Amino acid sequence: MRLNMVQALNQAMHQEMERDLRVVALGEDIAVDGGVFRLTEGLLEKFGPERVIDTPLAESTIVGASIGMAVAGLRPIAEIQFMGFIYLAMNQIIAHAARLRNRSRGRFTVPIVIRTPYGAGVKALEHHSESTEALFCQIPGLKVVVPSTPYDAKGLLIASIRDEDPVIFLEPTKLYRAGRQEVPEEPYEVALGQAKVVREGEGLTVVAWGAMIPVAQQAAEIVGKDGIFPEVIDLRTLAPLDRETVLESVRRNGRLLVVHEAPKTCGLGAEIAAFVAERAMFQLEAPVLRITGQDITVPLAKGEDYYYPSPERVARGIKKILES
Amino acid sequence: MIKDMFQVLTENGRAAPEREPKLPASDLQKLYSLMATTRAADLKALKLQRQGRMGTFAPSLGHEACQVGSAFALQPKDWVFPYFRDLGTYITLGFPLKNYYLYWMGNEEGMRIPADLNIFTISVPVGSQLPHSVGCAMAMKYKKEQAAALAYFGDGATSEGDFSEALNFAGVFKTPNVFICFNNQYAISTPVKRQTAAETIAQKANAYGFDGIRADGNDVLAMYILTREALEKARSGGGPTLIEAFTYRMGNHTTSDDASRYRKETEVNDWSRRDPIERFRLYLKDKGLWDESFEDRVQKEAEVLISKALEEAESTPPPRPEDLFIHTYKDMTPELNDQLAELRDLLKGGPR
Repeated sequence: MRLNMVQALNQAMHQEMERDLRVVALGEDIAVDGGVFRLTEGLLEKFGPERVIDTPLAESTIVGASIGMAVAGLRPIAEIQFMGFIYLAMNQIIAHAARLRNRSRGRFTVPIVIRTPYGAGVKALEHHSESTEALFCQIPGLKVVVPSTPYDAKGLLIASIRDEDPVIFLEPTKLYRAGRQEVPEEPYEVALGQAKVVREGEGLTVVAWGAMIPVAQQAAEIVGKDGIFPEVIDLRTLAPLDRETVLESVRRNGRLLVVHEAPKTCGLGAEIAAFVAERAMFQLEAPVLRITGQDITVPLAKGEDYYYPSPERVARGIKKILES
Repeated sequence: MIKDMFQVLTENGRAAPEREPKLPASDLQKLYSLMATTRAADLKALKLQRQGRMGTFAPSLGHEACQVGSAFALQPKDWVFPYFRDLGTYITLGFPLKNYYLYWMGNEEGMRIPADLNIFTISVPVGSQLPHSVGCAMAMKYKKEQAAALAYFGDGATSEGDFSEALNFAGVFKTPNVFICFNNQYAISTPVKRQTAAETIAQKANAYGFDGIRADGNDVLAMYILTREALEKARSGGGPTLIEAFTYRMGNHTTSDDASRYRKETEVNDWSRRDPIERFRLYLKDKGLWDESFEDRVQKEAEVLISKALEEAESTPPPRPEDLFIHTYKDMTPELNDQLAELRDLLKGGPR
C-alpha cells in the first residue's frame, strides 16, 4: 500500500501493540485526539485507555513514568508533542533512561521509545522547529533515530520498539505528509545503526538525514546538470553512528559534504568531519564542508528561509568542494 | 507538639494503647534489631570514610525509625524507589550490606540489585525517582497485580517539579503509590521553611486529590502503621497516599558537609532527646522485651553482619575496563569496542 510517513508510523504502532501486550503509548493529546499530527489515531479505539494514555501536561513525568513502566516490564512509547518541549524531560532522559542499565549493572533496562516531531521548514511557532539531535547523540546509552521515508519510518519505529535500549525517535515534521511510498503491509524492521546509500554517485559524498535527504537529493539533481553526480548517504540512525558506511564512501569518493538543519557549531556534522579526519584524512582530496542551519535561534515563519538549508545552498556547497 | 502528627509512642516510650499495632513480640524485637543494625552500619561507614576506605557518604542517623518502620510494612511484590539516604530501608528489605558499602566505596557493582528484590537503584538527582514510582504503579495497575510502589524522598524534593508532576499523575490515574517524605528539616543547609510556605508537607496531597498524613518520623510504630495502611489502600485500588515523616537529620548531609555552619547545637541537642531507637528501647523494656542481654545479642549480630559485609566489599576487585563499557547498551557498539580496545592497549603497554 502507498502510505505517507504519518500512516506508516501509525501502522507500525498498531502492529506492535497488536503483537506485544507490553507495548503501551502515552503522551499529551495522543488518545482521544489521536495526537496533534494524528500519529496515534485509532489506537485508543483499538487498544483502550489502559494502553493508550492521555497524560497531564508534564513532559518530565511522561518520560519518568515510562522509565518506571519499563522497569516493571512494559515497553512504553512516549510522545513528546514537539521537540521544543523535550527539554523539560532532559533530566529523566539523561540522568535515568540513558544510565539505568549501567547503574544497575544490567538488572534494570529502559526499552522505551520517545517519539517527537522535529525540525523546521513548516513555518511553525517558536519552539516548534527545533532540531537539537546532537544534544542526545552525546549521551552514552541513548539511541537516536531519524527516518526520511515512509518505508524506513515504519521499519525503524518497529525496530526501536523492539530494541532493548532507550530510543529517541525523531520524526521530521516536514516529511510527515511530504509524499507516499509503497510500504509493505506486514511488520518489518529496518535495523538500527545502519546508514544507507540512497543515491549512488562518485567524486563526492553527501551525508544527511531526516528532512535534509530530499534537500540533498534535489541538490544532486541541480548539479547533475553540470555532470556532477554526488553520492548521498542517509544516516537513519544518528547514535550509534554507522561510521563504516560513511568512511567507505568517503575513501572511494575523496570528498565530503555534511548537511544538517541543526546549527553548525557542535552539530553532528562536527563529529562526522572529525572521525573522517581521524580515519580517512589521506583519502581526502578537498577539505570537508558543512552546510547547516545557522548558529541562530530558528526564525519564525518570515525569516525561516534564511536559516534552513535549501537545495541551492547545498548545490553551491557541492560545487565549492569540487572547486577547492 | 507538632500539628496533626500521628504518634503511637511518646518521646519517653509510652504507648497510646488504642493505637498499638498487633505485632507479635518477635516482630517488635526485629524492628529494634533492624534499627540498631542500621545505626551500627551507618556509624561504621562514617568511620570508614574518615579512614579513607569509603567515599563521600550520606548518613542515615536519626532516620532509623522512619526507614525501618515503613519498609517493614512492605510485601515482596511491592516496589521500592529509594533516595540516597535509605540505609535502614535497604537493611530491612534484606539488601546485601556488602553491596551498599561497595556502591559508596565507588563501585557500580554495588547497585546490582539482587533479582529477587524489587528495589530500584539509588536516584541522586533530588526527587527524580518519583515519576519512576508512578510509572511502575501504572504498570502494576495495568497488569492487575496486587502490589504497590513506595517512593522515599526528603523535604527538599518537594520543591522539585518532578514531585508535583508525579503526585499529580498519581492522583489523576489513581495509582497504587505511597509517597514517603522524610521531612528532616534540612536539604543540606536549606531549612524546610525555605522549601515551602505550606504549614505541612502532608497537606500538599490535597492539591493532587488524595490523602496526606503527617507521622512522627521518630516513632517506628507510627511509621509502620501508617505505611501498612497506605500500602493496603494502594493495593486494593484506593489510590495514592502521601506520608510526611516528621524527623531530623542528626548527621551532616554527607561526609562533605559541616552542618554546624547553618544550624545551632541547641537544636541538634533538642532533637537528640527524641532519638528513635532510645524511644523504642524504653517501650520494649516496659513490655519486658528488652534487657541488657538482648542488647548484647543485637549488637553482636550487627557487628558480625557489618564486618562480613565490609570484608566482602573490600575484597571485591575493582571493575575491569570492560565492566565499565558493556552496560552502556545491550550490545557493544563498534565505537565502544574501539575505545575499549584502546584502553586495554594503554593499560597493557603504557605510552609508546
